[in-house]
Amino acid sequence: MNMWPLLGVALVVLGFARRWNPVLVVVSAGVLSGLLAGYSFAQILALLGNSFESSRALLLYVLTLPAIGLLERAGLREHAQHWIEHLHGLTLSRLLIGYLGLRQILSMLGLTNVAGQAQTVRPLLAPMAEAAATRESPGADAATAAQIREQARALAAATDNIGLFFGEDVFIALGAVLLIRGFYVSQGIDLQPLHIALWALPTAIAAFVIHAMRVQLATRAMARRARAAQTDDDHVAP
Amino acid sequence: MLHLEWAYAALALLLIGTAWLNLRQHHWAQAAFWAVLAALFASGNWVLRAQQSGDARPAQIAGIGVLALALLAPVMRRVDAGEAPPRLRQLRAGVLGHWLFMPALLIPGVTLLIALFGADLRWHGATLFVASQQTLMGLSVASLIALLAAWRLTRAPAGAVLHESRRLIDTLGWAALLPLVLAALGGVFEAAGVGRVLATLVGDVIPTASFAACVLAYGLGMVVFTLIMGNAFAAFPVLTAGVGLPLLVRLHGADPAVVGSLGMLCGYCGTLLTPMAANFNIVPVALLELKSPWSVIRAQWPTALPLLVFNLFALYLLAMR
Repeated sequence: MNMWPLLGVALVVLGFARRWNPVLVVVSAGVLSGLLAGYSFAQILALLGNSFESSRALLLYVLTLPAIGLLERAGLREHAQHWIEHLHGLTLSRLLIGYLGLRQILSMLGLTNVAGQAQTVRPLLAPMAEAAATRESPGADAATAAQIREQARALAAATDNIGLFFGEDVFIALGAVLLIRGFYVSQGIDLQPLHIALWALPTAIAAFVIHAMRVQLATRAMARRARAAQTDDDHVAP
Repeated sequence: MLHLEWAYAALALLLIGTAWLNLRQHHWAQAAFWAVLAALFASGNWVLRAQQSGDARPAQIAGIGVLALALLAPVMRRVDAGEAPPRLRQLRAGVLGHWLFMPALLIPGVTLLIALFGADLRWHGATLFVASQQTLMGLSVASLIALLAAWRLTRAPAGAVLHESRRLIDTLGWAALLPLVLAALGGVFEAAGVGRVLATLVGDVIPTASFAACVLAYGLGMVVFTLIMGNAFAAFPVLTAGVGLPLLVRLHGADPAVVGSLGMLCGYCGTLLTPMAANFNIVPVALLELKSPWSVIRAQWPTALPLLVFNLFALYLLAMR
């Protein structure tokens, strides 16, 4: 067996670890693995070009950006933040947990593209999460406040991913379940899609419970940090 | 019939506009990068058709384009495209109020409607959407409708549409490209047999008589593979053919539905942990303007690890009911 193409994997790991430009690392790894597997350079070019063109759908979310850009120019993020500041019942954890549940249910129905990092997180969820986090950390100094806002944005992005992944797997007509079924069929085992999807349900529930608890913990930690930053300030300027 | 190819053409136009604005401001690397990407998007259909009919030359030219993008990516610098000042944005927000949410919510709303009812839409007797492309086409149509609504609502000048699109596309920068080159890398890895070699190595080192050891090897193997490939879908056939099917299902008689489902979910835990899953973990870093490239992964691992433990236990307990 030819083990040399594994060097491509090693190059990817090395490149990410050394913080080289990821695009360059990934393409170089592809060329390297291809050459080591005995392909000609022309064949590798065709392979790269063909796989690239076949996955253009991955960039379709960019089409949402003109609308989002115009709305941001007109103050969408500022308005979302202003609105959340006045909704006192809507805490950061309630906002994120609510979004998590909604995203999971939508994904379970196969509506994976309805929400997303570009479609809903950047224009709506992230500014709302920032505003809620800021409200829940009053009196923090500027540096801590900026860190907390950044953490809230990252948590919003994470919540979207987790809601998508652990809902999508329960939907029977696309993606994971069809891939699993297709694989087994090719091996001579015929399974019902519903049967496969059913076994993803316990994990979907576990994902919701675990992430909801984590959001609670993370928001409490943010509030603690804000209080700590406050007392530090008092020490400096009594 | 509405075809996804139109959406790609629209995307190519948007990228050309972005390239042009960069060119005017002498951001040469940015301009070249977006122009090459636009060319790749516009020519995709032609390349794929030629490949199917046995002509590899267009695909090779596209491959050269991918190499060019890889060389341009490290030279790109952060461009400040200039955003409307915060005071002005607050002022405008005060005028438009909740109306601002309307076009933003049109994006998920219209996508939802087309995903649910698009198959029933007819135009002169012909179906409007290809069933397999319904949601992606829905997203594209929704983007256009939301743009028109936002434009009408904000009464922005026409130039602002391109300016704002360019601002966000340049915010993404090369991170936008990463999911696509990773998909291409997956294609090369598969052709080079990287997965088969790794699966054989895993199969060689574990004590196969122990069901628990096989569960661990399969579940953790899915995680490690997904970390490397950035995609549980790419890891699944390799690991299930190499470990899951021969050891868990055939040797120990585990339920294949449970093995498949939970194996994939172990892989998803890996997706939450790897920068190779760029569209989930790196693109949001750019989109949300986070400082560290690891921010999103840092927010995810405390959920991913307990969930992985849950999945491994579930696989162990449910597969041998």
